[in-house]
Amino acid sequence: MALLELENVHSYYGNIHALKGVSMTVDEGEIVCLIGGNGAGKTTTLRTITGLLRPREGSVRFDGEDALQYATHELVAKGLAMVPEGRGVFQKLTVEENLEMGAYLRTDAKAIAEDIQRMYELFPRLGERRTQVAGTLSGGEQQMLAISRALMSRPRVLLMDEPSMGLAPVLVDLIFDTIQEINKDGVTILLVEQNALIALDISHRGYVIETGAIALEGPAKELRDDPRVKEAYLGG
Amino acid sequence: MKARLYRLNWVDVVLNALRIVIIVAVIVGAFNTITSGKYTTDQWISLVMSGLAQGSIYALIALGYTLVYGILLMINFAHGEVFMSGAYTAYFLAIYTAKKGWLDSHPFLTILSWMALAAVVSMVVAVLLERIAYRPLRGAPRLVPLITAIGASFFLQYTFKGFYGSAFRTYPEVPALKGTINIGGAEIPIVQIIVFIAAVVLMVGLYWVVEKSKRGKAMRAVSENKEVARLMGIDIDKVIVFTFVLGGALAGAAGVINGLYRPQGVNFFMGFFPGIKAFTAAVLGGIGNVPGAFLGGLLLGVIESLGPNLVLDGLGIPAANQLKDVIAFTMLVLVLIFRPQGILGERLAEKRA
Ligand SMILES: Nc1ncnc2c1ncn2[C@@H]1O[C@H](COP(=O)(O)OP(=O)(O)OP(=O)(O)O)[C@@H](O)[C@H]1O
Ligand SMILES: [Mg+2]
Repeated sequence: MALLELENVHSYYGNIHALKGVSMTVDEGEIVCLIGGNGAGKTTTLRTITGLLRPREGSVRFDGEDALQYATHELVAKGLAMVPEGRGVFQKLTVEENLEMGAYLRTDAKAIAEDIQRMYELFPRLGERRTQVAGTLSGGEQQMLAISRALMSRPRVLLMDEPSMGLAPVLVDLIFDTIQEINKDGVTILLVEQNALIALDISHRGYVIETGAIALEGPAKELRDDPRVKEAYLGG
Repeated sequence: MKARLYRLNWVDVVLNALRIVIIVAVIVGAFNTITSGKYTTDQWISLVMSGLAQGSIYALIALGYTLVYGILLMINFAHGEVFMSGAYTAYFLAIYTAKKGWLDSHPFLTILSWMALAAVVSMVVAVLLERIAYRPLRGAPRLVPLITAIGASFFLQYTFKGFYGSAFRTYPEVPALKGTINIGGAEIPIVQIIVFIAAVVLMVGLYWVVEKSKRGKAMRAVSENKEVARLMGIDIDKVIVFTFVLGGALAGAAGVINGLYRPQGVNFFMGFFPGIKAFTAAVLGGIGNVPGAFLGGLLLGVIESLGPNLVLDGLGIPAANQLKDVIAFTMLVLVLIFRPQGILGERLAEKRA
């Protein structure tokens, strides 16, 4: 059974019809990527899944339940986590406080402290800067923090909105290696990317979204070889 | 384009001229007063101490404005009435306990019980205000909740007038707080010291909550980015209620402290002036900034207390002591013109972005 399932979802911003009947599924244990150009509706899809935006039509199901009956914080409690676009770390909170916020719904203080240490091992740069306010971190460090913070809730599904944006190639590799490792630890991942090549590289399946509707879908390998994808997203 | 630059320059010129006039007036006034030797050192110390005591009360109320602004970017103009509701209700307990003789036998515990009652009443009023008046308007243009707040303010005044009548009442005298102590040659009423210490203790407590507690960290997260805060699993409605709880409790406590310092004038209208003064203090310190509100309160109290004697007197303005309020509101206007972000605040533009 699909862990995450969207069916014919229509989302609006006022009169702007941003999602025009999106259907997609993410199975437990998968890495699924959602690729598409600027303004295609990728972020809108993630915001709809997390309940930040209410669709006017269609259904969103999480773990077999109707997700639309829940508020965002309740979905987080059920195992959803998101790395927002442009990182969205709390600039005025310290690195460590940001991580604590990621574990907001957990009460196991000892395990939280251990997880924070794990994040510092995963990204030693964060450990060195634990008392620094996040606003003073570099873009790449903020991305590491945003990912670590999302992991602090021990999610079942991690939604990531363009984690490679604005990062140097070395860092992109590091982040994507990390994504694969997180996935091996059992976390299901829905990855939004403009960098289609690298996203398809680590994903099991993929969806291509264009102006609010799914244009193509299939196993990542097939999408990578698809001439339409090649032309539009992989530079021919 | 050119004409516009030219106009802007003129505004700058006028503002700078105003700035210079004010600075010169303050220096000349202060110089005249000090050289005239009209006031002695201990008189100055007395003025500063009474300013600090009054400022402590402004500070505690100002914290409520600043906390709510930090989270919701709105000015809760009914906050003066939140203060009034606790102060006025606790007055009845105060009278009762004084009659029973408890105030004489256990002054500390008795006053604490007044504070607890005032804090609870103000807290409940603040939370109801949020629930009934402000929550339905979340997401509306910013002017809408502002107007609602003013309406709520009148509503609360007349509701409490209905409850308790329109008489002016007076808090009971507290024998334990009578007397003075000598500081640098000045006889300072003990009550002023107590008021100041109580305010500092409450401020430290609040600072700890905001900086160190989980709820406080969540408050700061919500204040920075509501959407991301929700993605952390934070129920922002709960955090907003918590903010009103904190602000309300402090306002209630301030109501009792105010009753100790200035027992007279307990009335349904008693929240109006302290409310506006505290708002001024919050703006002065940098609205949205917690230590700023406290600092702004103390500073406003001292400026109000010293200003008339130090500056206005020296400029030959008669009956300067009656111009306290003028000083406070002039401060508000000047801060809004020259430093809208206040002493410790960031630029408002950044908060809106
Ligand atoms: N807050 C908003 N108000 C109005 N329109 C919006 C808003 N957010 C997004 N849109 C519109 O909805 C459409 C989809 O936007 P979305 O942010 O989902 O795109 P995206 O695929 O994430 O693009 P990008 O790769 O640039 O982040 C766009 O046309 C955009 O202009
Ligand atoms: Mg996007």
